[in-house]
Order: sequence, then structure tokens, then C-alpha cells
Amino acid sequence: MSVSTEVRLPSADGQDARGPRPPWRLRLVRGARGWWRWLTSMRTALILLFLLALAAVPGSLLPQRPLSQTAVAQYFVDHPTLAPVLDRLGLFDVFAAPWFAAIYLLLFISLIGCLVPRTWGHIRSLRSEAPRAPSRLSRLPRYADIATELGAEQALDIAEEELRVARYRVLRKDGAISAEKGLLKETGNIVFHLALLALLISLAVGKLWGYEGSVLVQEGQGFCNTFQQYDTYSAGPLVEGGDLSPLCVDLEDFQARYEPDLTPASFTGDITYSTTLGGPDQQARIGINSPLRVGGTRLYLTGRGFAPIFTVTLPDGTELADLSAPFLPTDPSTMISEGVLKLLDLGADRDQLALEGVFLPTAADMGSGLLTSVDPRPLDPAVAIVVYAGTVGLDSGIPQNVFTLDQDRIRRGQLERVGAANLRPGDSLDLPDGTAITFTGFKEFAALQMHRDPAQLAVLISALAMLAGLLATLLVRRRRVFVRPGVRVLEMGGLAQGGSADPAEFEHVVRRIRGALAQERRGP
Amino acid sequence: MSDAASLANLADTLFTLTILAYSLASIAFAAEFAFSPSGRKVLVAPDAAEIPAQRPGFSARVGQVAIGITVLAAALHGTVLLLRGLAAQRIPLGNMFELATAVSFVGVAGFLYLAIRTPRLRGIGLFVTLPVTVAMVLIGLFLYAESGPLVAALRSRWLLVHVTTVSIGFGAFFTSGIVSALFLVRSRFEEAGGAADGVRSRIAYRLPNSEILDRAAHRLVIFGFPIFTFAVIAGAVWAESAWGRFWGWDPKETWAFIAWIVYAAYLHARATAGWKGRAAAWINVGGLVVMVFNLLYVNLVSSGLHSYAGIN
Repeated sequence: MSVSTEVRLPSADGQDARGPRPPWRLRLVRGARGWWRWLTSMRTALILLFLLALAAVPGSLLPQRPLSQTAVAQYFVDHPTLAPVLDRLGLFDVFAAPWFAAIYLLLFISLIGCLVPRTWGHIRSLRSEAPRAPSRLSRLPRYADIATELGAEQALDIAEEELRVARYRVLRKDGAISAEKGLLKETGNIVFHLALLALLISLAVGKLWGYEGSVLVQEGQGFCNTFQQYDTYSAGPLVEGGDLSPLCVDLEDFQARYEPDLTPASFTGDITYSTTLGGPDQQARIGINSPLRVGGTRLYLTGRGFAPIFTVTLPDGTELADLSAPFLPTDPSTMISEGVLKLLDLGADRDQLALEGVFLPTAADMGSGLLTSVDPRPLDPAVAIVVYAGTVGLDSGIPQNVFTLDQDRIRRGQLERVGAANLRPGDSLDLPDGTAITFTGFKEFAALQMHRDPAQLAVLISALAMLAGLLATLLVRRRRVFVRPGVRVLEMGGLAQGGSADPAEFEHVVRRIRGALAQERRGP
Repeated sequence: MSDAASLANLADTLFTLTILAYSLASIAFAAEFAFSPSGRKVLVAPDAAEIPAQRPGFSARVGQVAIGITVLAAALHGTVLLLRGLAAQRIPLGNMFELATAVSFVGVAGFLYLAIRTPRLRGIGLFVTLPVTVAMVLIGLFLYAESGPLVAALRSRWLLVHVTTVSIGFGAFFTSGIVSALFLVRSRFEEAGGAADGVRSRIAYRLPNSEILDRAAHRLVIFGFPIFTFAVIAGAVWAESAWGRFWGWDPKETWAFIAWIVYAAYLHARATAGWKGRAAAWINVGGLVVMVFNLLYVNLVSSGLHSYAGIN
């Protein structure tokens, strides 16, 4: 394209290479202007659009950190040489990568550069009059003439009236009419692109001031909206701990309902919450597709599971009751769940214990003592556990996954396997040192997520404005009709932006004017 | 047998009949193609493709029959969806089988609309009914899911809004992509001066002229794009109440974003000097590839939140 050659060869625009070099400041301005023209050309915008689409592709083909940390970790295990390279390129968090941002920022600069002159141009054309009628209407894409006995002025009066009724804006000058319709098309175009900019800005605001936190809550337990109480959270760079709206939630009851064919029908949690510290409690039921909305904060029920309950009886007779930990479901159709219960404080001179196990809501023996689950509902629960004694290592200061045991500790002998059993409610496992572990039942837990995005309404409004602009720009056609009186005839010409005028539309206008002229002649 | 089960069985039977009807329509369109005057006998400019319309002979009558069969097939097709909905007491868009069936229905409806508005576009019938026949066979073989209740996550008013509009947008893009592919064949033929040698040229000779094809493809995208845009917005509103955020770069969302960009690029390209014509048509074909990839790959291969295929 000529614009890009201009960028590379600033001497091309009339400056002879042999002549004196223009001062650097002029060259800089010219170069910058060339770049600007390149950036704001439609061709560049198209290429940037394609780059943006292309850049999004790895975001769906490679595991992404914001979606699943574990999937990324697995990818590192599977591709030990490739993964670090991809990581350095930001391919495990594509939509936060600098090069992704670079593409859309360039695109938006290009868009602004394109939009500003277009907006002024459009405002000017909205204010200015329709263009004068060309002298030879028969050269236009659409042409018609209507024979009439009326005088020129009277015929033009009638044509003007009809065009106004058809919602054309009409200019009558020098004995001819110019009429124009469909400026809404360009208005829609500009609204669409401005709304796109507003959408991007709202997204950025939401990212900067929004936060989310998730927490597993067992029936009968609760949490408050502070970062300390979440299992995981992420917050925008401008969010401070004190900005979190005061909200405390208790999960009273969790219920899962199934259809006869075991299709999940609904998951609901009955909660009480208060929005002031120690304030009045309010009741609510949240579930899939129906979050709790308090102010701008929303609470979601995003998952659920079982937490088996154990009683540990130490050799000296001390009974530690109601010990439980959430087990994570590995298969939603059977709710087979895995987890670990870590018992750290069993007495000064006692080993710590860890119960690694599988919870089966409706247990069935596969033979040879292997259990599986055949139903997601807890109809006949059982656990299969392996018990380790030693030091679990939570006090070492290194963060641990609460759902798994550190396998290195088992390999190094810091944790020693001391027993294993399949237990039904009421069953006990006796360890060699005289400790008894009893499976007493289970509780259900819910995965709750708190979200706040201060700009999401702005995002929605921007998106709807985009849609409105899009409809206007795609459905409206901009067209012009010119009328000029001849000898005993009224000449009409029509044209439309982007191709020949719609024949039906033009014919319609012609027919109306012809009808009106004929009526006028008969009338008086 | 319960009412629901017998309705679902009837739907399955009608599905097979629909495939049969599309096959018949394809045969009839192929016959129209075969019996229409070939370009080899008359040495004329490409515009002469309009000549067959002036001689309503045997092939034209066959063409009318083909359109009739297609209308019948589409009616059967729509009834399949209606019965699936009645059997499960919900809108018939709860799994991939139903979604893909609905998309191909909209695709055929889009073609019929074009063919009735612009009779010369009847000439592309074979290239709509044949892919639809193949698609329906594949849908029946690989995507089939028993009629049944919706999973909890899909029990929302937004299912109706989001998935219906996705199907309509996708269906329009489907037919538009085919028309643009035919435009590519035809415009090369016209550029080469309309010599009718080789199978491709003989096909191209009988196609409507490239301007008509280009305009039809564009019209379908103009119809589909705002609907698809609305579908994405509705999906975001639903995601906000279901998953806690309106946009999270879930694989389905990512590919919807890519598809949206590609169609936006098509609309821009068609209005840009140097891109209108063949380049724009290629973008439109690329858009269809992205849509199909989004349907098949994201539902069947990748794991994301949109895993409602109902296929184990």
C-alpha cells in the first residue's frame, strides 16, 4: 500500500535524495504522520483483528493458569522441555500476556484514530445541507421521469411534501430538490465503535477494582468476606482489604436433588447472612443459576461434595470426636471423592496422623475389597482409608495442598503406613499402637464463591449499545433522491451509498410522487 | 410405553425420514444440474448463465421439484425438533444432538429464504442439501443423545435466549459460508473468461453469477451477525449468574470471541478496497470453519464449562 512505502521512504514524497536532507524535526513529524496513517488505515485494522483472533487460539488449546493451575502443572510434567519455553512466552496466561495487550491496544488506538475524524465528519454532515442536485439526473444509477402539466414550482412543492412524509431531509435550492435519508447508518457505525471503546474501558475498571474469593463451607459452618478466610482469592491491583464489603455467611443446609435417571436436577444451599458485623441475620436460598446479590457483591454456589466424619480414640481413652475434612469429588456422576484428614495435635509425645482416603456415597464392592460408588446420592456411604503416622509437616512452614498428602514424606519415611480399611458408618479401624479410628458419618459441603465487579453493569450497557449501533449500521441504507423539473416533466434520480440504490425503494418514492401529482391535477 | 418415550421414538423415526428427504432433494438438484444446458455447447460470456432461466425445460421443472422436496424435508426436520421438545417438556436445545440438528435446520431455512427471494439462487440447492444430508448422517451417528431432562446447570430461562440465538446465527453463517465457497469457484471461472473445461468449470458455469452469490452471502452474515452478537451477550449475562463472571475465557467463550472477530473482519473487508471479493469470501469461509470447530472440538475434545454434549 502506498502509505506503508511512504513510511519507509520519507524521501518519496517529492524530496529528492540529492537535495538537502530536511531538518530532523520535519522528518520526525513526517515519519510519525506516516506511521499514524498506516496505523489508522482499514487494512491495518483488519490485520490487527486477525492477529487478535490468532492470538486467542493458544488460550483455548493450552491449559491456562486462571482456569486451572493443576492442568498447567500437569502440562509441565508431560512436556518438561517445551513448557518452560511456552511459559516464558506467556502462553499459559494468554489473555494477560503483554503481547496480547499490545495487539488490542494497537487496535484500539487504530480505532480511535479512525473514529475521531469520522465522528467530526459525520457531525458536520448532519449539520450541513444535503448536497446539490447534479445537473444530469439521468446519469445516476436510478432515474425516472414523470410527465406533468403542473408548473415547475408547484410540482416541486408536491415532490418536496412527499419526500418529507417519507422522512427524507430535503433541501430545495436553485429550482431543484436534494433529499437524503439514512444518516442513521453512519450514526450506528460510530455508536458501535464508541461502545466498543466503552466496553474495553469498563473491562479494565472491573479488572482493577474487582475481586473474587472461594471457600469450601460445611453445613453448619460459615465465613466472612475477608481475604484471610478464603481458600483462594484474586483481587485487582487497586483493591485493598478494607474495601471488601462486610458480609458474613453461614451454610445451614445443603441439598442435592436428582431426576429418576440420576440427572442432577438442582443443588441448593440455605444460608443466613448479615451485612453488618453482628447485625440482623437474613435468610436466603442460593443455587446453580441463582446467586445471592447483596449490593454489588454476589455469592455463588459453584460446587459441592462430602466431608466424612471420624472419631479418633487414643490409647489413653481420650476421644476426639467430629473430625472431618472435605473430600473433593473426582467424578460428578458417582461422587467418588478423595481427600485427606490431617490430625496434627494428638498430644505432645504422639505422632501426627494422616487419613488418606476415598469417600463412596453409595458403595459397591468390586470384589477383592475394592470399593466403587454406583450413585451420586449418599444412600450407602463408605470410606476406604489408609492411615499414616509420623510428621505431616504442616508446621514446617511450606504450604501444602489440603486435599493430598506430601508423597515425598511417605517415601522418605517421615510418614509411615500404619493401617488401612474399608469402613461403613460405625466401623472402626484399630491401629497397632491402640488408637481406634471410627467412621461416624458425613456432612455435605458447598463450594461458595464471592464476586465483585464494579463495572459489570457498564459492560452490559456498552455491549447493548454496540448491538444497537450494529443493527442501525447493518440495516439502514443511506440514499439520496434528486428532483429537477424539466419541460412538462419531473425528472428524478436516485443513488445509495455502497452500491446502486435499492430499486424497490426508489420506485416507491417515484410512485408516491406520481400519484400525488396526478391527484393534484384532478383535485382543484 | 409412556407418552414421552413414544414421542421421542417418533422423533427418531422422523430424523431418519428427514435424512431420506434431504437425500432425495440432493438427487433432484443433481438431476437439475445434469440436465441443464452445458456451457460447452454454446460459447458465451459468463453472464449467459442466465439463459437457462429463459428456457424452462425439463431441468427447470426438476429444480422446482427439488425445492418442493427440500421444503418438505425442512418441515420434517422442524417436526423432529418439536417432538424432541414435547418429549422432554423443554426446549429441544439441551445437548449437542439437538443443537446441531437445529443449526442445520436454520441453515436450510436460510437457503429456502434466499431461493424464494432470488430464484436464480435455487441453482446452489445441491450444495446446501448435500452437506446437510452428510451433516445429518454424522449427527445421527456420532452426536445422538437420548431425549431426557436437562442437567441442573442448564435449567435457566437463559437457555432459551442464548442457545436459540446461537443456533439461528450459526445456521445463517453455515449457509453463508457455503455460498461464499461457491462464490470463490464461480469468480475464478469468471476471471478465467468463462471457458467451460473441467469439472470445476462445468459446475461453475451453472452457478448463479458471482455478484448474486456475493450479495447472498453478505445478506446472510448481516442477518446472522447481530443475532450471534446478541447470543454472546446473552451468554455472558447467563454466565454471570451461573459461573460468577460474565466472561472467563472458557474455551467456548474464546472460540466465540474468535468467530465474532472473524465475522467482524468479513464485514469490514467487504467494504474495503483490495479486500472485497475473493479475500472477503475466504474470511467468511474461515468463519464457518471456526464455528464448526467451536461446536465439535470444544464440546467433544477440550474440557471446559460448556460440556453439555450429552455424549459419553
